[in-house]
Amino acid sequence: MAEEMRVVLRNYGKIDPLKIDDYINAGGYKSLEKARSMSQMDVINEVKKSGLRGRGGAGFNCGQKWTFAYQAQADQKYVICNADEGEPGTYKDRIIMENDPHSVLEGMAICGYAIGATKGYIYCRGEYPYVVDILNTAIAQAKEKGVLGNFDVEVRMGAGAYVCGEETALIESIEGHRGEPRYKPPFPPVIGLWGKPTIVNNVETFANIAVILEKGADWYAGLGAPSYPGTKVLTLTGDVVNKTFVEVPTNTTIRQVIYEFGGGIAGGKAFKAVQIGGTSGGFIPASLLDTQIDFDSMAAIGATLGSGAVLVMDETRDIVDVVERIAKFFEHESCGKCAPCREGTMRMHKLMSKVNQGKGTAQDVALMDKLGRVMSVACLCGLGQAAPSPVLTTIKHFKADYDAKLQ
Amino acid sequence: MANVTIDGIKVSVPDGSTILQAAQVAGVRVPTLCYHPDQAVKANCRVCVCEVEGQRLLQAACSQPVYDGMVVKTHSPKVVEARKTILELILAHHPQDCLSCIRNQNCELQALAEEYAIRENPFEKMVRGLPKDTSTPSIVRDPDKCVLCRRCVYACSVFQSVNALGLENRGNHAMVVPSLGKDLLDSPCVMCGQCIHACPVGAITENEQIDEFLAAVADPDKVVVTQIAPAIRVAIGEEVGMKTGEMPMEVFVAGLRQLGFDYVLHTNFTADLTILEEGNELLKRLKEGGKLPMFTSCSPGWINFCETFYPDLLDNLSTCKSPQQMFGALVKTYWAEKMGIDPAKIYSVSIMPCTAKKFEASRPEMKDSGFRDVDLVLTTREVGRLFRMAGIDFSKLAPSKFDSWMGAYTGAAVIFGATGGVMEAALRTVYEVVTGKTLEDLNFTFARGMEGIKEAEIDLDGTKVKVAIGHGLANARKLMDQVRAGQSPYHFIEIMACPGGCIGGGGQPLTKANVKRAERIDAIYVEDEGLPLRKSHENPEVKVLYEEFLHEPLGHKSHELLHTHYTPKNKKFL
Ligand SMILES: Cc1cc2nc3c(=O)[nH]c(=O)nc-3n(C[C@H](O)[C@H](O)[C@H](O)COP(=O)(O)O)c2cc1C
Ligand code: SF4
Ligand code: SF4
Ligand code: SF4
Ligand code: SF4
Ligand code: FES
Repeated sequence: MAEEMRVVLRNYGKIDPLKIDDYINAGGYKSLEKARSMSQMDVINEVKKSGLRGRGGAGFNCGQKWTFAYQAQADQKYVICNADEGEPGTYKDRIIMENDPHSVLEGMAICGYAIGATKGYIYCRGEYPYVVDILNTAIAQAKEKGVLGNFDVEVRMGAGAYVCGEETALIESIEGHRGEPRYKPPFPPVIGLWGKPTIVNNVETFANIAVILEKGADWYAGLGAPSYPGTKVLTLTGDVVNKTFVEVPTNTTIRQVIYEFGGGIAGGKAFKAVQIGGTSGGFIPASLLDTQIDFDSMAAIGATLGSGAVLVMDETRDIVDVVERIAKFFEHESCGKCAPCREGTMRMHKLMSKVNQGKGTAQDVALMDKLGRVMSVACLCGLGQAAPSPVLTTIKHFKADYDAKLQ
Repeated sequence: MANVTIDGIKVSVPDGSTILQAAQVAGVRVPTLCYHPDQAVKANCRVCVCEVEGQRLLQAACSQPVYDGMVVKTHSPKVVEARKTILELILAHHPQDCLSCIRNQNCELQALAEEYAIRENPFEKMVRGLPKDTSTPSIVRDPDKCVLCRRCVYACSVFQSVNALGLENRGNHAMVVPSLGKDLLDSPCVMCGQCIHACPVGAITENEQIDEFLAAVADPDKVVVTQIAPAIRVAIGEEVGMKTGEMPMEVFVAGLRQLGFDYVLHTNFTADLTILEEGNELLKRLKEGGKLPMFTSCSPGWINFCETFYPDLLDNLSTCKSPQQMFGALVKTYWAEKMGIDPAKIYSVSIMPCTAKKFEASRPEMKDSGFRDVDLVLTTREVGRLFRMAGIDFSKLAPSKFDSWMGAYTGAAVIFGATGGVMEAALRTVYEVVTGKTLEDLNFTFARGMEGIKEAEIDLDGTKVKVAIGHGLANARKLMDQVRAGQSPYHFIEIMACPGGCIGGGGQPLTKANVKRAERIDAIYVEDEGLPLRKSHENPEVKVLYEEFLHEPLGHKSHELLHTHYTPKNKKFL
């Protein structure tokens, strides 16, 4: 029987998130103190050596990213915590911030020290006003205690658009512009907020930092899958018995997540598919359930770990109908900047509706497949690149469901 | 330097070059749509995507920097499939009425559709069905044709600092819209037409008035008279398959007669006249302590800009009308009288490099002759179309001279077409008027070229005059903010609304790159050098005009016909 492993959620349920002393008594802010006694590069190397990769979806090596920002010469640098959490069905960042806000602040402050930034922003999802209150309380207490030193943190409310979770759109939004992604490179660690080197990391990524410094990179690198070490907080939704969140080592398999932590399919029905990583995640059939959830294993089957949302679908779900709704979501969430996504998401939705209404042909399905492939390699940002994966993966794994609806 | 392989061709390019630049060096043309050589990279059309060895994602050639050892395929099957699909997506959401489109055969999207052999589009054709914006007399917007490249937005905000265009809505509903207003007339738009040059397709165009011209020449009761602005000759050849500057003036005149003009006269005549009026106005202001710095007033886009954004500085504007409007007022008075033609029959057409001139001619105050002074303004592009319609072979056309009394000009008038030209022309005359000496070297080279702001201190025999030149309204704004802050060191400032001056005007042959503007500027100075008279006060017909009609610069008649006043636009957003 697989077991939960609480690294990120180490203080969950053990401390009062509104009391900084609870956090400090649990060993909090020691890692920040330790970091400050080390050289900046030593801190970064420790993070790099731990193998920690971003928990926001792209899976980039965290210490590597910090190195770029450290090396960039500038009079000001910034640290941004991405707490936009716009993925439907995902709430793991909220759980972390609600229950242990200081773990995020500490991670940000360590990053600030390491790259040479004195200013941080938490870009918090607009629908989480109560989380903003918790964060502001935590910041005020940390300031009062003086634990953050010269590192200043400010909370910004998100604009509500899904795309604003994309790091460069988020930066544009903080700058007061339309929330639209920038082309990359240059990447934010080189040219970011107001043109300055900027680290954008996910809430969960930051929540890992203090433990890594406390227990050491080697300890962390030994957890879970070697190529994507550590744990992952997952949120289970859909037709599972336990609709809950779990934190598991990254070498856990999808099957274990659904059947051991999720308690299996609700109502005694049969499994049909699982979508992992959020709305843009690939659909995974029963035959691939023994895949590990780590980033690379998921990529190898054409799926993603993404934010860690796990949406389970039982045999009664109409896959084509579900995917049509997803296509509609992306048509609505496309920012409109680049042509293949602006036009492609709209076309994909139109074609999906046509097929779902029983009016589609095999050519329509082939066209969606081509359109999806093109979008996934040609769109400007991750939204348009990932938007077609539900279509592409269901055409691949659930072709019969499409065929059943064709004219 | 980075060593890069483009389609198997090895090139060495400077670090930081993009794939697009490296491909150029390799002799491979990568197609683009949102790319503009003088603007910041946008990377939003994705037409230029290429395959980079070792990367799953295709990379936009316009934005992706190269690295040492990079191997790029610009036309692999994966790339061609992506490019074709993107073009199909754009075209399926586009009217595709090329046959009746003003950009037919001069359209970047059409050219791409041809290049990529777009035939059966698998995506169903849909058109937004948005209304055209015909609110101004100068510019027409057809939002249905917009491909959302945002080049117009950049031109209007960065080159012109007007910010009349912005984006509205997201996703598939995203649109370029007039900012702060329901249509362009209601927006801060100054009608300069720089957005037209920026636009790759037919989504922003001049208000074409070819049919009005055809109706006028078809009317036997009308005496159709034309004036040609200084910047036209160097550029008109580009419309009929000639090189920049190649069209000889007298062949151009002959071509205009073929179109049915009864008389061909020259705005250069009134450009010389402007120098005498404006030069004397400057000297008067200097002597009598008038408002300084004095700003030139021959660029109507600039006048609109000043009336919109700097209504507090209108007294600094020279009261001289633009050469077009001086001409308009004189042709139906002085010239009509001299020629014995009933002014009511005169239909005065001006050929301009400028879209804002269409608006200027329609201003209610421009009726000092007792009629509308200028009846119709055609841009260089419209005249190019008329030439093509008339099927003229310019290599076989016998040259023809300008008609009398308002057709003579000097090199000083010719250079009005380029940024710095009005300043240089004014200095040639002012120097001689003030010092009574003959100017040794007529070439005030500080005033020439594409530098955004140029300045100098001129010694007029002891009197030092500080002057500045700005072209492109973003540069004008810098100079104006200085004036507003009371920190302007200048006595005289020349502003032209368009980058490069009138040779880059909104009505000129489509000019995507500034290198083309520089080429036209060079042609302007070649023409100036070649003329026997190069100082406005030596224009023989202008001398006759003063002797017989105006009597003196800034005199009673001048005030009546050649000078004007300005009105704050009082737009609600300012
Ligand atoms: C459309 C879109 C939405 C995204 N939303 C989020 C989000 O809500 N939270 C997040 O942390 N990252 C999100 N990302 C990923 C970020 O762009 C970025 O990769 C991440 O914040 C980097 O942090 P990490 O390295 O710690 O993962 C999104 C990306 C895309 C393309
Ligand atoms: S892929 Fe979509 S969301 Fe991303 S920039 Fe393009 S239009 Fe915007
Ligand atoms: S804008 Fe170009 S592609 Fe569109 S109708 Fe006009 S010529 Fe054709
Ligand atoms: S005409 Fe000039 S001011 Fe008006 S929208 Fe175009 S660029 Fe802007
Ligand atoms: S109007 Fe023309 S220049 Fe402006 S965004 Fe549309 S296509 Fe591009
Ligand atoms: S030309 Fe490169 S993306 Fe448009």
